[in-house]
Parts: sequence; structure tokens; C-alpha cells
Amino acid sequence: MEGSLAVTVALNGLTLAALYFIVASGFSLIFGLMRTVNMAHGSLYLVGAYVGYAVFEPLYDRDAWWAWYAGVGAGIAAAAVFGLAMQAALLGWMQGQELRQALVTIGVSIVAADQLLAVFGGNPRQFFPPDALFGATELPGLGRYPTFRLVQIGVAVAVGLGLWLLLNRTKLGLMVRAGVDDRQMLTALGVNVPLVSLAVFALGAGLAGLGGVIGGSAQPFAQGVDVRFLLTSLVVVIVGGMGSVAGTAVGALLVGMAEQIGQALFPTYSVILTFLIMAAVLALRPQGILGRPA
Amino acid sequence: MDLRIHRRALLLGATGAAAAATTGLKTPAVAQNAPIRLGWLTTLEGPFATGGQDSFRCMQMLLEQHNSQAGGRRIEVVRESSNAQADVALARARKLAEQDRVDVIIGPLSGAEGIALRDYSRTLSGKTIVNGSSGASDTTLRNASPNFFRFSTDGTQWMAGLGNHVRRTMNVQEVAVLAGDYAFPYAQVFGFSLEFCRAGGRATYLFSPLGTTDFSSIIARIPRTAGALVVVHGGTDGLAFMTQYAQAGGNLPLLGGSIMADQTMLSARGPHRRIMMGMVSAGPLADVHEEPSWKEFVARYRARWLNEGGFQSPSIHGFNYYTALQGVLMALEQVRGDVGGDQKAFQAALAGLRFKNAMGADLHLDHNRQAVSDIFLNRIEERDGRAQTVTFGRTPQVNQTLGVPEAQFLALGAPSRDNTGCVAAS
Repeated sequence: MEGSLAVTVALNGLTLAALYFIVASGFSLIFGLMRTVNMAHGSLYLVGAYVGYAVFEPLYDRDAWWAWYAGVGAGIAAAAVFGLAMQAALLGWMQGQELRQALVTIGVSIVAADQLLAVFGGNPRQFFPPDALFGATELPGLGRYPTFRLVQIGVAVAVGLGLWLLLNRTKLGLMVRAGVDDRQMLTALGVNVPLVSLAVFALGAGLAGLGGVIGGSAQPFAQGVDVRFLLTSLVVVIVGGMGSVAGTAVGALLVGMAEQIGQALFPTYSVILTFLIMAAVLALRPQGILGRPA
Repeated sequence: MDLRIHRRALLLGATGAAAAATTGLKTPAVAQNAPIRLGWLTTLEGPFATGGQDSFRCMQMLLEQHNSQAGGRRIEVVRESSNAQADVALARARKLAEQDRVDVIIGPLSGAEGIALRDYSRTLSGKTIVNGSSGASDTTLRNASPNFFRFSTDGTQWMAGLGNHVRRTMNVQEVAVLAGDYAFPYAQVFGFSLEFCRAGGRATYLFSPLGTTDFSSIIARIPRTAGALVVVHGGTDGLAFMTQYAQAGGNLPLLGGSIMADQTMLSARGPHRRIMMGMVSAGPLADVHEEPSWKEFVARYRARWLNEGGFQSPSIHGFNYYTALQGVLMALEQVRGDVGGDQKAFQAALAGLRFKNAMGADLHLDHNRQAVSDIFLNRIEERDGRAQTVTFGRTPQVNQTLGVPEAQFLALGAPSRDNTGCVAAS
């Protein structure tokens, strides 16, 4: 591989990892506190993307410069509300029954996918961020590189930092961390755990929605993307360690890099590389690279 | 109950039924009223969901035109959807044949699905599968199944004329071919390369799995010496590639596979439109084609579907499914709706059909029950304020081996990522 190609591929891997981190961090957060394997996480991504697009498109047609930002806001809000409703109506009262929750969320994802198809149709769509974010940037030694991919890194870093601050510097974070360690004890201490759960679920879902809009700006989205991002989130979180923000970052980085390097070197089999990493991690360190033993 | 219908239909025989119908005699109520069941299998999930929706639109339009009747019998439709994966298509086809008990399946939509259903068709007796839009060449070229029919031309045929156009008219020596890594693009790449390399061209091939939406590393690998890009992606993958190529500032002349320059792509908005202007592609249809039958078809499609989520003009998948259903309805008319007797008469009628498709191209089936028809060279132009494909060339009566003698063509081996058909003329 020649030098500039290697750098481009590495940068591609980094930017893809950024997107995966945004999406998977929500998944990891929800799992960390509630032990819910949310199989509808991909649907949250798609709900965010589609609702965001529904808000974005008419504004974009009128050339409003803030169209994309409104789309981002709407996407986050829609996914958060959807997640909230899911936790409140379905998952809340089967707390602790992991298998049942997983099955219910699979059901939700199937229903959501069909409803999205009925409402939005099968056309692939894509967001167009303002020109300042969407053109190409001249990078030393590389030439033109899509600006938006660099924006992705910025958003991921902001999300990572925000989550770290939230978890380590706020009261809510304190409760979440305590809840991860011992739910029952936390309840006994008088904390309204179901309420904390709702907040965390909304936050995790909102992150998936943010991922939906960011991802939908970087690459087109259509029916079926939900499954892809669910699978990626699962792999990222399994590799990095369930419930750990830093672990999610490490997992996203490994998976993103593996995908891009694989695509450049042996495109046909690039998918295998991702799963090889997962298999290796499961064999050597089943709790994930930064995960704590159960 | 089932058995009795069977026996009656047999007793009557095709001639009896026809005579009875023409002389106005009342045929037995059972045979008359039992509807013919068609299973429509396409993809409403996954990367070709748009094409799947459009297939249903076009077929529904044709069926409405026929008042849901053919050969004096009512047509009943059971719709099913796969996600462009062979195993899912197979499961849904099984469901149609075994649970819904349909007489004829029309489908599937994509390459590997077609091969899976061809193999499945062999295990069925007294049922027929008519291909929807899947375009892998091997589906009918190798191991053809006696009850699998294809009224659409295949992916290899669709590329007829493009290789020569690039090498001779555009005078390009070397191209980079970007294609999906599955049966249909293999067939398209094969068709292109066969012509292009025979004319002295050289090509680099970059395959990526179906469902790839991040093409940045593939784009980085396009050789600097390439004089043009041949892009054989479709659906979401195609849109992703084009957008990212435009974003990366790409400026090579573009040539497209047959599902690239499709309304799926052209009706999506975004930066890809800029670089797609003037793109040349080959395929069995175009948006703008000066042929009365085509104009009438497009006008009918627009009147019916434009306000219900349809495209500006029918997609390639819609067109292929439409042609398939045309064939089925014509054959049903010929046998007066008789799908008894293991469907022997019906299948013979299918095999013997000769008609002009909506593009006005003559169409008949070869000994493998594969369509032989005309292929068009198209260019993307701005017409009526939007991007449309416009025909500017025509290769008449393209067969499955692109005019190469069949034995010689078969000896080249099946198209695959390692067998791209790029062999220089000896």
C-alpha cells in the first residue's frame, strides 16, 4: 500500500469509527444501566434519520441555512421520544427479564421497519449539511478530503466528552454508575431507579437518533440500514466491553479501522475481518477489551 | 376438492375449454370460478426496496388494465417480499408455492435470488416460476430449469454495445470497473469486459460487497491511469458511491451499469447529479425513447402512480416485472386459463411467445427459455428540467452470449469476481 493511500485509509477508518462510536455509545449506555440488550437500537437510528429528514427536506427546499441543524434536532428528539415510549410502555415492567426484553425489542424493530417503509417508502435518502461542512478540505499530503468526515470526528469527540462529563461529574451520572454496580442497593437508598432508567433510555436513544442524522449525512440511508447499524453496535460493544464509554470508543475504533483496511486490501472478505476481531476478543477476553467481568 | 378440479380440467382439455368459451357454452362452474393464483415476489426490504415497490406498481397497473382476468379466469395475487438475499427469497417462494398454493410465481428481483429460485423451480411440479427482474446470466445459461422462464434480458446482455462505445467512440484505453460483489454485477462486468477487452482495452476491477455504503477507501484505490469509470452499483450502494465520488472531487467520465442510470438514482437529490450528467449506460430501457408504445406506457405509469409515490418514469425493475407479467397473461390467454395438466400447455405457450415489449423491442425466448431482445445505449440528459436517460443507440436482438457461439462462450466460464470476461481478441 503506498503512503498516501495508507493515510487516507487510516483517516477513513477513524471517521467511520467516529460514526460507529456515536451510535454504539447509546447502545452501550442502555445496556450498562439496565442490562437491556436493545435489539431495536437500529430502528432508533432509522427513526432519527427519517424524522430528521422529514423536518430537513422542506426547509432545505426553501434554502434555509439552518435546515440541517433543525434536522439534527428533530432526529435526536424523535429517537429519544421513541426510546422513552418503548421503555415506559414495554420494557419498564419486564425489568430484569433480559431474554423477554430482547425478544420484545426485536418485535418493536420489525414493526418499526414496516411502519417506516409504509410512511417514507423505499427510496434512499441523504441529508445535505451546509456547504461549510459538506465540501472538501485540502489536507496536507492527502489532497481533497470530504469535510463532513472530519466533522464526524468532531461530533464523536464531543459526544464522548459529554458522556464522560455526564457520567463522572453530575448527580445523574453518579446514580447511573451506582445503578450499573448494584441496582437493588440504589433503589434501597431511595433513588427512583425507573425514572433514572427512563432518562438513560431517552439519552441512549437520542444518541442513536443523532447517529442517524450524522450517518445519513455521510452515507445514504434506506430501509435495511437499521439492521446494519444494530449489528455494528453489537460488535462494537462486544469488542469494547458492555457498558463502558471508553470501551465503546476502543471497539468503534477497531471495527471502523478493520472495515476500511479490509475494504482497501481485500474488499470481498472485509466483513470477515470485523468478525475475526470479535471472535478473538470473545475467546481471549469474553467481557470485552475494557469491560469488567460480570 | 383440489383433485376434482384437476380431473375436470384434464377431461375438458385445452380444446374443449376453448371451444366451450368461444361458442358461449357454460363451462363447469368450478373451473370457471376458481381463480388463477399468481405469487408476486420482489424485495421491499434491503438495498433494492425501491425497485421492489416499483415492480408491484407496474404489475398492478397491468393487472388493472386486464381487469384482473386472463383466459376467462380471475387472477388472484399473493404478494411477498424478500430482502435481496437468496435464502430469504427461497423461503418466501416456498411459502408462496406450498402454503399459498399459487400456480405461478413471478420473481425474484436480484441476481443470487434468481439462481436460488431456478434451483427451487426444479423441485416443483405443475408450477412455473417466471423471473421478475433478476439478471444473473447463469440463472438460465447454465443448468437451465424446464419450468423457469425469463422474459427480461440478463445483466450480461444489458451491457451490449457499451464496451465498444468506450473503446472506439470515446477512445479510452484503460478503465476502472467498480462493481458490487455478487452474481448480477459479475454478469454486467462480464458483458462489458467481453466487448471492451476484445477491442483492446484494459481494466482494473474493484469489487465491494452489496450493502457497502462507505466507498472512501475504494475511491482511494482508483488507478491514476484510468481514463473512465464503469460503475456497476445500484440502489443505495450506487447513490453512496456517486455522492462520495462527487464529494472527493472525482472528475473522470462515468459509464454506468444498467441499474446505475435508473430513476432510483436520478430522482434522489444531491451532489451526485452534477457528475452524472452526460453519463452513458446500456440497458433494456430508457426514460425517453421515441417509440409510441413506450411513450404510451410511461404516460400510463405517470397517470397512475405519480401521485402515489411513483417515479417520473418506470424503473428497470418495474419494466422487467411488467414484461414478465405480460408474458404470463398472454400465455394464459392462449391456453384459455388452463393451468392444469402439470402446466405443460401453459409452459409451452410461454416458451413460444413472440411479442414487442413496452420499449417496442421484439422479444422471444431461446432454447433455455431466456429472452432475446434489443439493448439500448443511453445518455443522461436534462429533459423537462430533470435528469433523464435518453436512448441514442440500439443493438438489435442481443442473445445471452452476446453473439459469441454458445460453446465458446460457455468455455469462458461463469462470470465471477475472478472471471471478468476480459480476454483480448486472439
